[in-house]
Amino acid sequence: MAVNDTLEGTHKIIEEAREQQPRLHPLAPTVNDFNQELTTLNLGPTHPATHGIFQNILQMDGERIISGVPTIGYIHRAFEKIAERRPFYQITTLTDRMNYCSSPINNFGWHLTVEKLLGVEVPKRAQYIRVILMELARITDHLICNGILGVDTGAFTGFLYLMDEREKVYEIYEEVSGARLTTNMGRVGGMERDFSDIAISKLRAWLKAFPAVMREFEAMFNRNRIFMDRVVDVGAISAERALNYGFTGPNLRAAGVDYDVRVMNPYSSYQDFDFEIPVGTKGDTYDRFMVRNEEIWQSLRIIEQALENLPAGPYHADAPHFYLPPKQAVYQNMEALIYHFKIVMGEIDAPVGEVYHSVEGGNGELGFYLVSDGGRTPYRLHFRRPCFIYYQAYTEMVVGQTLSDAIVTLSSMNVIAGELDA
Amino acid sequence: MADQNESIPAQEAAQAQDPAAQQNAELLALLHRLFGADAFTDVEEPYGLLTATTTREQIHGIIAGLQQDQELQLNFLTTMCGMHFPDREGQELGMVYHLHSLTRNIRLRLKIFFPIADPVAPTLTDLYSAANWMEREAFDFYGIIFPGHPNLMRILNVEDMDYHPMRKEYALEDGTREDKTDLFFGR
Repeated sequence: MAVNDTLEGTHKIIEEAREQQPRLHPLAPTVNDFNQELTTLNLGPTHPATHGIFQNILQMDGERIISGVPTIGYIHRAFEKIAERRPFYQITTLTDRMNYCSSPINNFGWHLTVEKLLGVEVPKRAQYIRVILMELARITDHLICNGILGVDTGAFTGFLYLMDEREKVYEIYEEVSGARLTTNMGRVGGMERDFSDIAISKLRAWLKAFPAVMREFEAMFNRNRIFMDRVVDVGAISAERALNYGFTGPNLRAAGVDYDVRVMNPYSSYQDFDFEIPVGTKGDTYDRFMVRNEEIWQSLRIIEQALENLPAGPYHADAPHFYLPPKQAVYQNMEALIYHFKIVMGEIDAPVGEVYHSVEGGNGELGFYLVSDGGRTPYRLHFRRPCFIYYQAYTEMVVGQTLSDAIVTLSSMNVIAGELDA
Repeated sequence: MADQNESIPAQEAAQAQDPAAQQNAELLALLHRLFGADAFTDVEEPYGLLTATTTREQIHGIIAGLQQDQELQLNFLTTMCGMHFPDREGQELGMVYHLHSLTRNIRLRLKIFFPIADPVAPTLTDLYSAANWMEREAFDFYGIIFPGHPNLMRILNVEDMDYHPMRKEYALEDGTREDKTDLFFGR
């Protein structure tokens, strides 16, 4: 590890890596020769079946994949750098744009991290409201993933049915936060508003109507001969390899490991609810599909329990240093005006320290590693994005399979470009 | 003095009641037994997560040893990331590793620091496949070099970028602007 040869050493390492994979390197010129045995195929970056912008350069022998090189970063927005300049409450909007299929989980995960740093205790009602919204987000996330998987195997109907249900969940979000996709939901210290009567009635109506649609969807797919032929034993990964690759969430559980952050390190009162963790056996595309379907049912169970036992009380913590006062009070009350000013200008005193907090995101363990130096912004904020970590296994999972298998494997892994590239 | 003596058993009793503190004590004892007490400095428990600093010469052996260890089974690499502290002379750059035992539910945070003039850290790609892209990310953002990495290229930024953007010397705002003095806003 000498000083002088390190930089040259890196360049050498990079050059060697390029030479080893001359035809597969993104910067290498494409060779087109009719006599060659293998074909180089660019899957992406804007291929409709990748459902997001990322590229895979595949080396094909006929229909079989021999090797592949993924290229990511097409929608990299430097969130970790931007976060170093933003006060804590403004970072919520960045988290929205990571896994945009389940924004509320990201929002609350971030709020929980900041609350852990600041030592804010959130009242039970706010915790239950968060649980309801996070489980709704998990359901929409899984609906999209499984619906898209249906589309990629040629069945468009299921996807349309599920999109309709997702639309109704988005209406509930709209009632709670005013936004639909990038929700910016909740605040540090609780929720920005309580559930309204309309929100509760919409939620109850949806809870009543949704199971029938879900049962219909399952009846259409779960034992469908055509579907099963496409997904069983496709893109399998063993539990050992999955753990080595840092898999979490439904993809890890499909391989047979029952790791779920909600159970292992309960946050936001998850210990109050009775639910099961579905696991698969083979870690193939069918297992991932089935695990997600079952998780939807379990999420419904959690929502029903939380709604049934929704405690009365305040919907945010009594933490005036961190939680914005009601706007009306700002006009009439001096303390409220001072706190409003201090929070908006980022003049609150954050403790010096480092904290890691993780939540069970739609795709797995979504972690936030926050280093605070006491300033108004994080000194360093690192997002543990589950997609980024498990997508590197994709090549290993599809080598030896056909191109159509690679497509369904990709959709069943639920790689969300926003989370992948952050 | 008498007060201090009395408070020590009280602290021990509090630790016995708190399972997280007990687990951390157990983990620290294991670390000291396997790798020696000299290997770790700045041992802390911020927010209940055992944190220790070690050196880049030892980090690979420690993580490999913990992966093999059957007692606590810290064999899941949750995440790793680079850090930059421009004011710490000779220790400017760092890597932070988060390990997790899925069987015992214990987490461990390990840190290493090294000078920015010699930004080299050992690769973990031989132990964890997950380390591959995480190290590429650290190289991309902080310019940390991992000898032995199979494919150390930029991952999120464009290939022909000639600097490492997460280092603190690159301010987010355009430094030449005068209409926005950063006296109160941001760094």
